Amino acid sequence: MRYTFISVEMITAQQECTVPKEVYHKGPKVKEGMQYGDYVNNQASSAPTPLSSTSDDEEEEEEDEEAGVDSSSTTSSASPMPNSYDALEGGSYPDMLSSSASSPAPDPAPEPDPAPAPAPASSAPQPSKMTKPFGYGYPTLQPGYQNATAPPNSGVPPSSPGYSGFQPYAQQYPGMNQLSSGLGGLSLQSSPQPESLRPINLTQERNILPVTPVWAPVPNLNLDLKKLNCSPDSFRCTLTNIPQTQALLNKAKLPLGLLLHPFRDLTQLPVITSNTIVRCRSCRTYINPFVSFIDQRRWKCNLCYRVNDVPEEFMYNPLTRSYGEPHKRPEVQNSTVEFIASSDYMLRPPQPAVYLFVLDVSHNAVEAGYLTILCQSLLENLDKLPGDSRTRIGFMTFDSTIHFYNLQEGLSQPQMLIVSDIDDVFLPTPDSLLVNLYESKELIKDLLNALPNMFTNTRETHSALGPALQAAFKLMSPTGGRVSVFQTQLPSLGAGLLQSREDPNQRSSTKVVQHLGPATDFYKKLALDCSGQQTAVDLFLLSSQYSDLASLACMSKYSAGCIYYYPSFHYTHNPSQAEKLQKDLKRYLTRKIGFEAVMRIRCTKGLSMHTFHGNFFVRSTDLLSLANINPDAGFAVQLSIEENLTDTSLVCFQTALLYTSSKGERRIRVHTLCLPVVSSLADVYAGVDVQAAICLLANMAVDRSVSSSLSDARDALVNAVVDSLSAYGSMVSNLQHSALIAPSSLKLFPLYVLALLKQKAFRTGTSTRLDDRVYAMCQIKCQPLVHLMKMIHPNLYRIDRLTDEGAIHVNDKVVPQPPLQKLSAEKLTREGAFLMDCGSVFYIWIGKSCDNHFIEDVLGYPNFASIPQKMTHLPELDTLSSERARSFITWLRDNRPLSPILHVVKDESPAKTEFFQHLIEDRTEAAFSYYEFLLHIQHQICK
Amino acid sequence: QCNPLNPLVLSEYLIHAFFCVMFLCAAEWLTLGLNMPLLAYHIWRYMSRPVMSGPGLYDPTTIMNADILAYCQKEGWCKLAFYLLAFFYYLYGMIYVLVSS
Repeated sequence: MRYTFISVEMITAQQECTVPKEVYHKGPKVKEGMQYGDYVNNQASSAPTPLSSTSDDEEEEEEDEEAGVDSSSTTSSASPMPNSYDALEGGSYPDMLSSSASSPAPDPAPEPDPAPAPAPASSAPQPSKMTKPFGYGYPTLQPGYQNATAPPNSGVPPSSPGYSGFQPYAQQYPGMNQLSSGLGGLSLQSSPQPESLRPINLTQERNILPVTPVWAPVPNLNLDLKKLNCSPDSFRCTLTNIPQTQALLNKAKLPLGLLLHPFRDLTQLPVITSNTIVRCRSCRTYINPFVSFIDQRRWKCNLCYRVNDVPEEFMYNPLTRSYGEPHKRPEVQNSTVEFIASSDYMLRPPQPAVYLFVLDVSHNAVEAGYLTILCQSLLENLDKLPGDSRTRIGFMTFDSTIHFYNLQEGLSQPQMLIVSDIDDVFLPTPDSLLVNLYESKELIKDLLNALPNMFTNTRETHSALGPALQAAFKLMSPTGGRVSVFQTQLPSLGAGLLQSREDPNQRSSTKVVQHLGPATDFYKKLALDCSGQQTAVDLFLLSSQYSDLASLACMSKYSAGCIYYYPSFHYTHNPSQAEKLQKDLKRYLTRKIGFEAVMRIRCTKGLSMHTFHGNFFVRSTDLLSLANINPDAGFAVQLSIEENLTDTSLVCFQTALLYTSSKGERRIRVHTLCLPVVSSLADVYAGVDVQAAICLLANMAVDRSVSSSLSDARDALVNAVVDSLSAYGSMVSNLQHSALIAPSSLKLFPLYVLALLKQKAFRTGTSTRLDDRVYAMCQIKCQPLVHLMKMIHPNLYRIDRLTDEGAIHVNDKVVPQPPLQKLSAEKLTREGAFLMDCGSVFYIWIGKSCDNHFIEDVLGYPNFASIPQKMTHLPELDTLSSERARSFITWLRDNRPLSPILHVVKDESPAKTEFFQHLIEDRTEAAFSYYEFLLHIQHQICK
Repeated sequence: QCNPLNPLVLSEYLIHAFFCVMFLCAAEWLTLGLNMPLLAYHIWRYMSRPVMSGPGLYDPTTIMNADILAYCQKEGWCKLAFYLLAFFYYLYGMIYVLVSS
């Protein structure tokens, strides 16, 4: 059946391109390669999506922002005005719109900030009043603040867009531990035992998991600073109370570090155009909300404590059109701002957006059929590729030879140029391979339409990936940009060839997992060369066999690219993977991108960066070189305390990301996070952000398992729990040794560590393919916290009884919010249907005696028996429960970097094991159940 | 980043090994004994280097980790001190032999 199908395709292919390919050996002769019969030009080039800064304003922001826009537009036309405060980053990115309704990021709306009264003369400088909110007035709490019975959500910014909708729920469950742990910080000074320190006996607490998502704890700052602080979505610290000394940190046995998501899609972002960007003169810190103004003319840097002058230009506030109020400037009112940088911040003129696609067209690749999907989504999204009129694009394909495509405008059809000399790769026509997207659009479309059928009859099984990458590097090095590599098998020719290293019999071994590191440094070297030329390499690996991701991933890891992996991809046999590729590609092609970026992380004197995690190249101890930055990249940093922080009560962290936007603008995005310093061990425990700590530990464990061994890393994870809990135990003096006590802020710590141990990256005993494991490790390294947490500890919901109780509204749709369930089979009832959200995959588990109404209304089948084994879609049925289920799933899917595929899993079906291995509280043959794990820890502590 | 540094590593090791061979030829057992630990350390260090195709020891992607950087710096200072002391010891030995002969 399959054969006939292919042969039919071959015939059509031959009809379409019956043209001899001219093999191109070293030499200047260039000939036209192929002609495509009668191809009709379709004028699909629609108007580019407008990127206006005013059209998509948030409702809530309007008041402030319009004042700003007005002032700048009117004044700038009248007089040469140095400042202009652009309102918003335009909403030309699709996912920003979808989340816009639900995401109150750093939200200035509830507090009437500076704007409404544009009274230039009214505010005479009042130094005492002015300096107060910015001075270190932190330890004294404000009076109305000590009896902190505020509604739970008042001070708790939701940790992810959309969680704001949990407000009704939160009130419904007022005793929720997690809420109160957020609140615990507030009442720290007033009550003897804050909520986040409430000791919990882990072995006796049955329901440890809260029914609402876990929020980031809020640093214990005074209200002014809290309001200004950076959103936990983009910037989190594992300890929201920084210990004063390294000794105290060592005593707490907790990791200290930052988790960053610097280039996140934001709905509101103040963009500042200014002639001078105000920075500290000695440490180059950007001015931020946490600096203190000593008087009208001087400010004190909060990182190095140097006193700087306020420049003349900064005295004028474009927002209120008033003079002499430097503390009301947007830079000082927002902890996340973006500056438009001047030419001082450029080493060369801003580069255009350049995209190069390097495609595997060997027999294996053609068989898998990804080309059709890629070309289709490229055709659809060609106009949405981020870029300006200078955008350039190019294509290369390779099997055992390398094929270039000349798309120079003026040609009647694309030319294929074949280079068969892979030992010494050269570019046949260096200047016409990367072409302007708009000038050569027709040729590009011709090529994309023809590509899927050009290689259907290929017999070439070898793949010369290394030489193709060398050629791509040569092609990109004058400009820099993004290279997307599609690979379907182990590279087998030329430089960088790899051997199969996996021994299938070792997959489930509990002993040693080998080959987690690269086999050759070819890809690493190439990545470093690329990084030096501002080129990032993104890898799409679509293979059914082992293809040594551990070695291949290096090309993305060190060039700040990203890695996608589709195991056993096939466009007909595995439609769910094909659909996933299609959706991922859509996001990949249209998401925002920043070029030639560098990121610098600064922190208050006394703290220092220790180790970085993520995809980048570390150029100096605090500078990361990122050839490309994309909104889905997360980073982690380990910190150490070098000097005692005894003379300060606050520490600040600032990341500055300097990048070239796709429109050719040089921009700097600055995030600043401010945290209090504490001197007692109890306060350190009170401020633990357990999710951030777990993510940092996961990153450290990946490093450990590559540099030493997997079992070492697993031991280190268990030790992290044992050490921190025993340290806490010895701190609490009245301790009975029989019980396992944890502070409420750390109560999920053992559960999450157990989840990590059962994660694909670190599990032993269960059969895991080496590539899957390595991919999971890559994901841990570069996913931002929110997505990583779902990967580690999936969310389980019961969906057969969705109600509108506590539902939230997103874009006129009602999204129900079912409570979270414990990841244990005891929660699965035969009468129910459950949805598990694992980040990149959804499972819907249908119980054996599930209500037939639900099956009929939501799945569209009359009863349990008639549900097919493979089902990856929910049908669009016109029933209430179907609508609820679908809107809930769509809501979960929004804003994911990897679009999750849905699997409907029947009880009793073979796919059930996939689902059950995520139930991490249960016992498996090779691993502890949660209760056993707790006993194990207890045993270790008592030893 | 580590390009200027990496070729020097092997040459340092080779020079040191050459000295050791010279001491062996001259039957300077005490001096050789002093140098043996360092020689052994060099061999171990080179065996356990990261996967690299070129000569050298330092991997530009990990060298900026505070741990590794601190280790390499400490190693450098220790070796500098050792070489300096060894230099004066050899000088002393040479002069002693010259005077006594």
